[in-house]
Amino acid sequence: MSFLDLDEFLIELAQKVEIVFSPVVDVKEYPRDVDVCLIEGAICNEDHVEMVHKIRKYTKTVVSFGDCAVTGNVTAIRNQLGLGNRENVLQRAYVEAAQLNPCVPEDKGIVPPLLERVMPVHEMVYVDYYLPGCPPPAARIKSFVTQLLEGKELHLAGAEIKFG
Amino acid sequence: MAAKTLTINGKQISAEEGATILQAAEEAGVKIPTLCHLDGVYDVGACRLCLVEVTGVPKLLPACTTKVSEGMEIKTDSEQLQKYRRLTLELLFAERNHVCAVCVANGHCELQTLAYSQGMDHVRYDYCFPKWGVDNTHRLFGMDHNRCILCTRCVRVCWHIEGAGTKNVAGRGSKAKIITDLNMPWGESGSCTNCGKCVQSCPTGALFYKGSTVAEMERDRSRLEFIVTAREKKLWVASD
Repeated sequence: MSFLDLDEFLIELAQKVEIVFSPVVDVKEYPRDVDVCLIEGAICNEDHVEMVHKIRKYTKTVVSFGDCAVTGNVTAIRNQLGLGNRENVLQRAYVEAAQLNPCVPEDKGIVPPLLERVMPVHEMVYVDYYLPGCPPPAARIKSFVTQLLEGKELHLAGAEIKFG
Repeated sequence: MAAKTLTINGKQISAEEGATILQAAEEAGVKIPTLCHLDGVYDVGACRLCLVEVTGVPKLLPACTTKVSEGMEIKTDSEQLQKYRRLTLELLFAERNHVCAVCVANGHCELQTLAYSQGMDHVRYDYCFPKWGVDNTHRLFGMDHNRCILCTRCVRVCWHIEGAGTKNVAGRGSKAKIITDLNMPWGESGSCTNCGKCVQSCPTGALFYKGSTVAEMERDRSRLEFIVTAREKKLWVASD
């Protein structure tokens, strides 16, 4: 959502890039020969594992975008519950907090099996650049994307890499 | 007192005998990053962020606990030191559960500020995700062990400025923990005077005023300085 705070820069950006895959692009399969991929969120289930490997294989520059991708952030708090936290999480979400039909969905393809622990992206694949922030403020995204488009060696320093 | 002459990053300086490298550097306008150091209480060299290189000494020395000597050649910002500082910070982040986005000290945290000023954009080590609790039993203050870096500032202000001796360290290594009295809930402590100096001294969000939410925990160190000045110089004056 912080991306939308780029306001009119989005129009400028749209003329320079082609968005080939995103939650708002109606493409189901991750394409090949992608220049840059901004990955949001941590790796928490088997679908993510498959996806992140595919992204790495087909992408030149992979960016960990935001604290969840860089650190695991709030989504990794379940790791503190130790091994077996998967069951606790599903129990809490689908049984304890449910108002109707409390049961853990077990049919295949409904809820991707959760991993034992949530991981930052770089624990699974090589990451070229990191853009921390929760969310990264629009100015930081703009500075980052501009440098990326100019094809320079990226340099973010000081408060531009502040977590949180 | 006799003066010692030495060099810091190639610059010739003089410092009082008995001064630490950190004090000498500060006087010469050279900034050395610190985390466990707190003006007004003695130093323990716990955090290892102020490590410096001294020519002729094979190991790195903490600037806060090493005294100056004649002819010392000190480097404070070599590539090696920058590498180790970043490594130390990453290990601190990996050891407990530092979730800046939901922390009371977000934006006012010394650990967070040091991390970005030292160029830490991610942590290369696997996070430990230990299970630590929060002690919310005190009427005014809370302690979140997840965010504690064991700098022992709170212990030192409690013993040596307030003189209450409520805060202590128990356990060893990664199991070490700040405790109150004989490892009891803070709210049941008989020795705590509710002075809040520990809360003022904390560099992270581990100690906080109850009721503060994300990014609201700001500290006013001038209150500690005021007391230290009064005690050391017998002057009841604020610094600014």
